[in-house]
Amino acid sequence: MTSKVPFRVLQSLGLLLCLMFSFAAPSFAQQTDPRPMIDALSKADFGEAEKLIGQLAATGDARLVPALNAFSEGDLYFRKSDNLVFIGKAAGSNYELIDPVTGASAGQAAKNAVTKIKINNSLRRVIRSAMGGLTLLSPDRGVRLQAADAVLRSPSAENLELLETAISKEADREVKARMEEARAVSLLSSDRSIDEKRAAIATIKNYGGRNAIGILMGASASLDPSLKADVDAAIASIESGQRLWDIGQNVWYGVSLGSVLLLAAIGLAITFGVMGIINMAHGEMVMLGAYSTFVVQQLIRDNAPGLFDWSLAIALPVAFLVTGAVGFVIERGVIRFLYGRPLETLLATWGVSLILQQTIRSIFGPTNQEVGNPSWMSGSFPVGGMTITWNRMWIIAFSLSIFVALLVVMKKSSFGLNMRAVTQNRRMASSMGIKTPWVDAFTFALGSGIAGIAGVALSQIDNVSPNLGQSYIIDSFMVVVFGGVGNLWGTLVGALSLGVLNKFLEPSVGAVLGKILVLVLIILFIQKRPRGLFALKGRAVEA
Amino acid sequence: MISGFVFRALEGRIVAAVGILLAIGILVPALNLLTPADSAIHIPTYAMSLFGKYLCYALLALALDLVWGYCGILSLGHGAFFALGGYAMGMYLMRQIGSRGVYGNPILPDFMVFLNWKELPWFWHGFDWFVFAMVMVLVVPGLLAFVFGWFAFRSRVNGVYLSIITQAMTYALLLAFFRNDMGFGGNNGLTDFKDILGFSVQADGTRAVLFFMSALMLSLCLILASAIVRSKFGKVLVGVRDAESRVRFLGFRVENIKLFTFVVSAMMAGIAGALFVPQVGIINPGEFAPANSIEVVVWTAVGGRGTLIGPIIGAILVNGGKSFFTGAFPEIWLFALGALFICVTLFLPRGIVGTIQHGFRSRKAYKAAAEAEKGRDAQPSVAQAAE
Repeated sequence: MTSKVPFRVLQSLGLLLCLMFSFAAPSFAQQTDPRPMIDALSKADFGEAEKLIGQLAATGDARLVPALNAFSEGDLYFRKSDNLVFIGKAAGSNYELIDPVTGASAGQAAKNAVTKIKINNSLRRVIRSAMGGLTLLSPDRGVRLQAADAVLRSPSAENLELLETAISKEADREVKARMEEARAVSLLSSDRSIDEKRAAIATIKNYGGRNAIGILMGASASLDPSLKADVDAAIASIESGQRLWDIGQNVWYGVSLGSVLLLAAIGLAITFGVMGIINMAHGEMVMLGAYSTFVVQQLIRDNAPGLFDWSLAIALPVAFLVTGAVGFVIERGVIRFLYGRPLETLLATWGVSLILQQTIRSIFGPTNQEVGNPSWMSGSFPVGGMTITWNRMWIIAFSLSIFVALLVVMKKSSFGLNMRAVTQNRRMASSMGIKTPWVDAFTFALGSGIAGIAGVALSQIDNVSPNLGQSYIIDSFMVVVFGGVGNLWGTLVGALSLGVLNKFLEPSVGAVLGKILVLVLIILFIQKRPRGLFALKGRAVEA
Repeated sequence: MISGFVFRALEGRIVAAVGILLAIGILVPALNLLTPADSAIHIPTYAMSLFGKYLCYALLALALDLVWGYCGILSLGHGAFFALGGYAMGMYLMRQIGSRGVYGNPILPDFMVFLNWKELPWFWHGFDWFVFAMVMVLVVPGLLAFVFGWFAFRSRVNGVYLSIITQAMTYALLLAFFRNDMGFGGNNGLTDFKDILGFSVQADGTRAVLFFMSALMLSLCLILASAIVRSKFGKVLVGVRDAESRVRFLGFRVENIKLFTFVVSAMMAGIAGALFVPQVGIINPGEFAPANSIEVVVWTAVGGRGTLIGPIIGAILVNGGKSFFTGAFPEIWLFALGALFICVTLFLPRGIVGTIQHGFRSRKAYKAAAEAEKGRDAQPSVAQAAE
């Protein structure tokens, strides 16, 4: 991603920061030795422990982080003989003791020689905010960012001074911005002046986001009444900005769902839309594609783990060939005897789908299989007020590119020409020397193969189980019928509009009711336009 | 006129079938109730309930045959009508539980108490009255079929498109009934029934009566279907199946003909569901699953569509096979069912009864006529093209 030169600049910056902190950290540590405070924990009750943790946090000594962490996990013990506190790790029947400050091993102790220091949830909360404060000074940029986030999540006035120190030392712009946000949030619950609080509210308002509304709402009760108007104005302003982003986010989710529908339906647009075959086994082709991905990943894990990031790229042709071959066999073995009898085709292919499902269930078992995400598909990035996950991003790009590729095959290749000729006028095409049975077989194989490719993509976002296909079959038919049979563009528009419609209904009526409403709307729509959005006109309609 | 309508229905095969059904309907409960448990001819209660379930399925398949075999409407949503009839019956049975539920609330069924509802939703009122519930068994599926068919047939949605939207209909209902706030018990459905008309649902006597009622209703519906099919209306029905446009050009209102048949068929499916629920003891949204409706189609296809008796035989055979396979070789059942779908459509398009009838007829016909028949088969017939 980053070119080499800026990366090097970052590196040297990081080095610089490390140097700065190696000077800064001792200056804190020298003020007080934390060891007696930690040892005091052994005799403290919960209230005292809370105070001690506050004092520990005030030292700003980043070395204390493991100890606090161990405390909140319940791994902090004191030795009964001398009341010294250690981090304990179970080692056989003994505990391995680790010095809480230096992290050096302090030998082992029998289980009955040490006592666990008690912890409760309110203490854990205190520890979390204390750790947030401590790690703010860590030399590692990632840790500081996380720490700022942690303070944002559980703000407390005690962190304020530490935050201000950290901000004054911070050089990284993003981290600094996050810290200032955290400071503003923490400031609201402190006893600073009203003007400072007003400035903090303005800061929070500028950062915006859904969390900011929650923070302001939470804080408004305890704030000075004179600030109430400011808080309300800030909330209103954030909300109005947020509303636009929410619409954007909904559109994005809708497009993302639409691309999934498009993926599932696009193979059907060929077998059903172009050939007129009611292929109820279409969903199982998607499922076979997903299982091909699983098998390819297993092989790669066992034989060449280094290639794992390429597993999807390898799985694509594999899935295409496997499902294409299965589709070819189904067409030659079953469907070709049933042309002209669509309802019978429906039943026979349903039978095929049952057999395929049971075969997969017998081989791989009925449970979900784990299909891994390659590194380039995980994670997310923010765009303004919305987050976009990489896997959704890739799936949208992927489904659109499949759509384009299919369009090119249909319109530009000689196979596509034959295919269209056979659908438009079978006998004429046959008279012109086109081997119509082979065109049928390969068209069906193409449709199935594309369903298989869709399975590769869907394996990334859905559970890979023998029932995977079942969940897509009705949706796919809806998309094709809604978009208009025999028209690829109709499928594209149908999929995207159903996806967006679904996501816009969801927040107001809930996911399930939204889906029901969409189904009802489609049923009503078909009454109005029985041939879908983009209907074929002319003689082809009656064929 | 009505006697003529019914009389025409009683053609030889139908009389025989009704006779056999009623004989079974009397004999099986008699053998269950009157013979001692260790006797060789004793029929255990579970077997009677199982076979009673098959009879309900047979009625459902018969209902589908009426629309598919005679009117050419392949409904992939008949399971929805079946389930709605079942829910109507289930609601009656729930109200009969009264204060014997786990929470002991005299009015509200357990699941409503659990959801912290304070009063009965409006659509549950009246279901404590048996007659009302039985009317609803007919009205609810009939109304849904009427509304659905009114829109669909008027805008000439037919063939595959109709099949797909009927499937969407049952799928939408499946999703809806899974919701807890629909007021039908969510995914647990309605169960834990105690009484029907004051008799315990678990008692052998009640089960025997329910079994007899299933056989009786199946016989009555068979006679009704046969009467419809053999009337003048039935001829038009077959005309709609084979050449819809031609019938329309002859001046018939095709959409009304289809609508009537669809509604009658949906009501039959509702009756089947209502008889099914007390015998099985539960109704849940799973009955709406599209796969169930498709399975009904295969029963009909196996027995022979357009034969009325075929679907009854098909439903009993396939479900008997299912009970056997899922008990003995659960792994194989889906393979067997899938293979059945494929083989029936490929090799036995007329179904069992249809094939026998066909063979019977061609043996009677002259050889020349048989040749002509063969010649016609080679060409795609009008009927097939119309599908």
